[in-house]
Formats: sequence, structure tokens, C-alpha cells
Amino acid sequence: MKRRDFINKSVKAGLLTGAAVSFGKYGQLLANTAFNNEVPYDLVAIRNGEPAAMYQRALNAMGGISQYVKKGQRVVVKPNIGWDVVPELGANTNPELVKAIVKSCLDAGASSVYTFDHTCDDWKKCYKNSKLEDVIEDAGGKVVPGNNERYYEEIEIPKGKRLTSAKVHEQILEADVFINVPVLKNHGSAKLTISMKNLMGIVWDRGYWHRNDLHQCIADFATWRQPDLNIVDAYRVMMKNGPRGRSEADVAKMKFLVMSDDMVAADAAAAKIFGMDPNGVPHIEYAHDFNVGNMNLKQQEIGRIKM
Amino acid sequence: MKYSWLRILRISLAVIFFLLISLAFVDFIGLFPDKLMKGTLWIQFVPSVLNFSRVVTLSATGFVVIFLLTLLFGRFYCASICPLGILQDIILRIARRFKKIRFKYQKPLNWVRHFLLGFTVVTLLTGSMLIVNLLDPYSLFGRIFSDLLRPLLIAGNNLIATIFQSFDIYTFYHFDLHPLSWEIYVIPVFFLTVISYLTVIHGRIYCNTICPVGTLLGYLSKIALFKIRINENNCTNCKLCERACKAECIDLENQTIDHSRCIACFNCLTSCKFNAIDFTAKKQQLPKLESVDPSTPSNPQRRQALNALLGGLIFTPALAFAQNQEQETEKGPDVYKGATKPVKRKQYVTPPGSADVKEFLDKCTACHLCVSACPTQVIQPSKNQFGWDHILQVRMDFKAGYCNYECIRCTEVCPTGALLPLPVEDKKLTQLGKVKFVKENCVVEAERTDCGACAEVCPTKAVHMVPYEDDLRIPETDDKICIGCGACEHACPTLPYKAIYVEGNAVHVMAEEPEEEKAKKPDHEGDFPF
Repeated sequence: MKRRDFINKSVKAGLLTGAAVSFGKYGQLLANTAFNNEVPYDLVAIRNGEPAAMYQRALNAMGGISQYVKKGQRVVVKPNIGWDVVPELGANTNPELVKAIVKSCLDAGASSVYTFDHTCDDWKKCYKNSKLEDVIEDAGGKVVPGNNERYYEEIEIPKGKRLTSAKVHEQILEADVFINVPVLKNHGSAKLTISMKNLMGIVWDRGYWHRNDLHQCIADFATWRQPDLNIVDAYRVMMKNGPRGRSEADVAKMKFLVMSDDMVAADAAAAKIFGMDPNGVPHIEYAHDFNVGNMNLKQQEIGRIKM
Repeated sequence: MKYSWLRILRISLAVIFFLLISLAFVDFIGLFPDKLMKGTLWIQFVPSVLNFSRVVTLSATGFVVIFLLTLLFGRFYCASICPLGILQDIILRIARRFKKIRFKYQKPLNWVRHFLLGFTVVTLLTGSMLIVNLLDPYSLFGRIFSDLLRPLLIAGNNLIATIFQSFDIYTFYHFDLHPLSWEIYVIPVFFLTVISYLTVIHGRIYCNTICPVGTLLGYLSKIALFKIRINENNCTNCKLCERACKAECIDLENQTIDHSRCIACFNCLTSCKFNAIDFTAKKQQLPKLESVDPSTPSNPQRRQALNALLGGLIFTPALAFAQNQEQETEKGPDVYKGATKPVKRKQYVTPPGSADVKEFLDKCTACHLCVSACPTQVIQPSKNQFGWDHILQVRMDFKAGYCNYECIRCTEVCPTGALLPLPVEDKKLTQLGKVKFVKENCVVEAERTDCGACAEVCPTKAVHMVPYEDDLRIPETDDKICIGCGACEHACPTLPYKAIYVEGNAVHVMAEEPEEEKAKKPDHEGDFPF
């Protein structure tokens, strides 16, 4: 994975220095047409559409699914399915979005698409009540449990400050492609939960993170492996009482979506959409300092699409 | 065989009841419909009596039906409805594959029967559930199936899941049981062993000597309308019926039947080849009842077994000397300094629907049906949390899980009235206990880093994070809207003591509804904020 990650990054970097610079600001203009597959954006943000449609447009702007999923590859899609609540409460990733992602991966020739989450509430109830189990199976994906320690394998995090090892779900370790699909939410202690915080759902012992400087552990874990693609669902956004929420009153229908292979950039952009300065979210800053990604949106090629 | 249909009816009903009840107790997936469960269990004697004593409704009159059935047909409950009775028949059936088992008439151990029934009633009336809980056949059966068989089935399920998942098939999934402490396992193991042994030696001697329900129904079955009767004209004294009688209550020497011990299994009817035994309402000459002579030496083997059983009663309170502290074995990692202040709960928490801890403890027979049914495993048998005389009765163990906000499964299955029905909307406001925050133990205070695990999971936001020193956030609690679900306590990562816990309410109350304010949407003026 490390090697593929590295290659992936190098290719992207090469494209960036080669192509992006020459396209410069035009990228932004072309992006509004949203069918330009040539532009290697660092990040695409889209608004005003329905979840599945926004995903398709943003994906096209990022170069299409073939940039990420090759024929015969094993894909893992990791939504947030942490809570036993209905989609309207915005606590879990939007089912329409996840369905579209799973479908497009299979259309691109993926041999299989697995989904799971290490849920907070009872996992069976979460999978069911979030509607995610139904739509994923509908689309041809596999929903597997994440609630049991036997699925988790120990990995080392050499760059970690407080978190130097963790047990990670086998589906992540076995997958060729890892697509991270967080939902943007307010969070009582992490301040915001976006891409990096969503990765707490692929590890076993979260209590350790909470005891040992939550923000540092989130950033430490981000140094282990970057997902190949992060798709931030900001369609329904839980503005307060996160991450579980209490009622629909906590939710604002924002109709945004952010896509990037850089978790830190995606989280910085999503924080701004939430109306928060990413500099006020320690784990985003720490991850930036670790060079996991770039929170400086001004230095990036961003595709902006309005539907 | 003019009576074979009666025996077939008895066996068919027994099979139906047994299957339904055992499925209810071992179902760890939550498939068993709660309505069917209620329908199956409402006729169970002790649960029904207790339920009636709390709710006084028609739906709790199963025991009246049992009384009427017994007055008409004898102890039909013991033959076809009581799961422990049927279990003994199954054990006997299995044992007979290995060994020829023949019964013969035994004198009743009447002083033991009357004493145990009297003792059970007196302790019940003086407010102790201990004896009734240990001896009630339905609850005893429940514990054997919930505490012993269910874990075995789950182990089997996990094996199957492992095999299937290695082939990438996820139809089966693993299920991890929160382990019980050994004191809880010991009791059903002990009873199962003793009862199996007694069954193989003397048939239904448990039902006719120890079981208080058996003894009570025995008083009624003596005067039942329909009875097994010996037709002295036809009887050849061949003893086929006596050998077939697992109650060992047919005394052919004196041509009498002890109807107080007859469990209406009808085995004698079908075993007789001479038409010499009948099940009729016809009043023949009243059979002579055995005179009870306490000086009569009883079977020494039987006495030993009984001593062993009574020993069990003494043994349980003796556990009181065992350690009672909940121990934390997990050690904190080096970097984490650890919580220092021990948490002492004054009142342990009881499940939703119990409404009042004292009334709950007066009605819970420790059958562990709710333990089996609870999807989060938060409901666990207690040791001495309510005192040793309440051993096995259930409590909310927030180490094992927490009460799912939308779930009312336990209130739907409880047959004894210990947990009363509670609509979901009411349940979401029912306060089982109040949240208590121990600031000294909190990660934010002690380690000066963010945590917030408790506030994350709180469904009402009775626990929420507020700004603290150094741009940190610390939990703040509001016990007016807290419902005591224990999610915060379960999630709190501090070791070895929790920094947040639920102090139980002796009487459950309605929490206030949280005030809702519509979330404000950030204004990006139709554009992107970057």
C-alpha cells in the first residue's frame, strides 16, 4: 500500500507540476463546465445538487472513476455509519451518495466493493437504520461487520507521536483502493469530524485515542495511510450537537460535496464550508505539519462547480 | 389404545411450548417476535402471578387458567407447559438411549414438599425473591438456556461465521458475549446437574419434591375432576404402569395413585395392556391417600440428593463472602497517567420499564429473558449489586453496553411485570438514573487534552462539551434532560475508574424534553468560502 500510495502521489505530483501550472486559472473556468477530464485538480468542491449528481459531476472533474479504480481491483468504501439514526439526521453518510459511489466503482470494473464501519451504536441497527446496508447491497456492494476485534490487525505508525501502532480492519489492509466517504459534522471534542476523523472507524481501540490527546492521535493515524480518494458529504450538515445529533433541528441542508485525494485539503475546505477556520481545528493543523497534506487552499488547484 | 391420543396431545403441546420458549431464550439475533413471546409466556405460572400482583389486568391471568386446568385435568402445566418439566422429559429420553430406566413407586417426601412451598411463600411475603427465584421452574429453565446454552450456540455460530467469512460470505456474523462472573454460572450449572441426575434416577422427583409450583398445583390436582384411575376389576398387577410412571406415584400394591404427584403425562394410560387404567371424571371409590408419617425412613439415596440441593440454598448466600468489587484488569498505557478517584455508586441502575427499583426487585424472577433479548447486552445478571439476596436479578451494566435510545425490547419480553410496557416515545424520556461527572478523573482535566467520548454518544446532549482552559473542551452535564442510558459511562475511556457514570434513580422519573433550536446555516452567499 505504501508503495502504491507513493506511486499514486508521484503521478499526481508530476501532473501537478507539469500540467496544472500551465493550466493555471483556466482550470477554474473549465471546471464550471465540469466535463473537463484533463484538469488535475487537487480538490473539487460542488454545490446545489443532489448527492448522486454532485458526485458524478465532481468525479468527472477529477478525471473520472478510472483515475482511481482499475479493472479487477478490490475496493473498500468507508462511509460513516456510526449511529443508529435515520438519514435525515445527518449523522451518517448520505445513502444516495454511497450508493452512487459503489455503483460507479463496480461499473469501472472493480472485482468487489466492500463497506463497513466500526460503529458506535449497535452495528446491525446502524447499518439498517442509516439505510446504508440496503442501498449498498442494492448497488452490488458488500456490507461487512466492523464491530469485532477479530477483523483487526496490528499495524505500525512510525511517524506517530502519541499513536505508534493501531489495529486496523482487514478490509482496509486487503483493498487495492480505499475510498473514504465521511459526512461533515460538528463534533464535541474533535470540533469537526471530516475525512481524518472518519478513519477512527477503521481502527479497533478508540479509547486509547481519547485518553492520549485525541487531536494528536487523529493526525498520527493520518500519517499511516492516505485514502486514495476522499469524498466529503456535506449535503445535510449537522451544525451542532455532533457527532450524534439529537434531532433534525441540528441539521442544515447545505448541499455541498468536496472531493480530493488529500485528506488535509478536503478537511480544510469542508471546515470552511461549515463556517469554521481550519486553523481552529488542531488535528487538521497537526496533519498539515506532518506533511500528510496541505491545508493551505490558496496553494491548490480547486475546481468549483455550481449546479 | 383408546388413550393414545391424549398422550400425543400432551407431547405435541409440550414440543410446541418447549420449542417456542427455548428459542426465545437462546435467540441472540433478535428474530423472535415479541408478540409471540408474550403469547407463549403469559401462561407461565410464577411470572403470571407476579405480573398480576403488579398490574392487575386480564392479560396477566395466565395463572388462573393454570388453576382451572389443574382443577379439571390435574397437573397438565407440569407435563406440557412448564419448560423445566419438559426439559426433564427430554433428558430422560436421551438417558434411555443408553440405559434401561424403570420406575417404581416411591413414598412422597411430603415434609420436604410442604416445607419448601411454605418457605417459598413466607419468604416471598416477607419481600425476598431469593427462594422463589432459585426454585421457580420457568426461571430456572430460563437461566439454563440463557446463561449456558445460549453461549454454546453463539460459539457454534461464531465457528460457522469464521468458516463462511473465510469464503467471503457474510451471511453469518460473530457475536461476542459479555462474560458473566463465575458466581452467576455456578447456579444454573449446579441446578442442571442435580436435576439431570435426579431425573435419571427418579423421574420427576424434582417436580414432586423441590418445585414449589409442583407442590402447590399438587394440592389442586388431588381434587381435580378428571383423574387417572385404576380399574381394579381389570388390573392384573403387572406393574407396567408403575414402571412407566415418571412421577413414581402409582402404588399398585395398594391400588392407589398419589394424585398430588401425578403430572398428567398419560404414560400409564398407554402402557396398560389390560384396560385397567382410565382418565375419567367418574367418581369411583376415592383412592386412599398416603398417610404422611415423618418417621418413615426415606430412600437414603434420595435423601442425599436432597441434602445436596438444600446445600445449594445455603451455598448461595455463602457467596456473600466472595469479593464484590468490580475490578479493572486493563492497565493504562504508559503515557496516560490514569484516573485516581474510585467511583462508588449508591444505587445500581435497573432497566427501562422497571419504574421503581424496589417493585422491580419484588417482581424479577431472574429468568434472564431480557438478558437474552437485549441487543446491546447492557442488561446483565447482578451479583450483590442489590444485595446477595437479589443475586441473578438483572441490572444495567454499563461496562457491558448501554441502553439503545430507540430500543424497548426488554419491556416487550418481560413476562413477570418486573419491566412494564413502555412506548418508545416515553422510553426516550424515562430517566433511569442521573449522570455524574468526576472531573478529577476526566482526561481533559488530568491530561489537558481533548477527549469528549462521553458527549459524542449522549442521545439527549445531557452531556455536552463546553469551552475550558487552553482552548480545550470539557464535559458539562444537565441531569434534567439526562435519561441515564449509560452511553457516556460506557464510552468514557479513563482507567481504572470512569470519569462519568450514572447514579441510579430508586424511582424512575420523566426527564425534561431538551429545548431545540434550529441550526443556523453559514452564509456563503451562493458561492464557495475558498
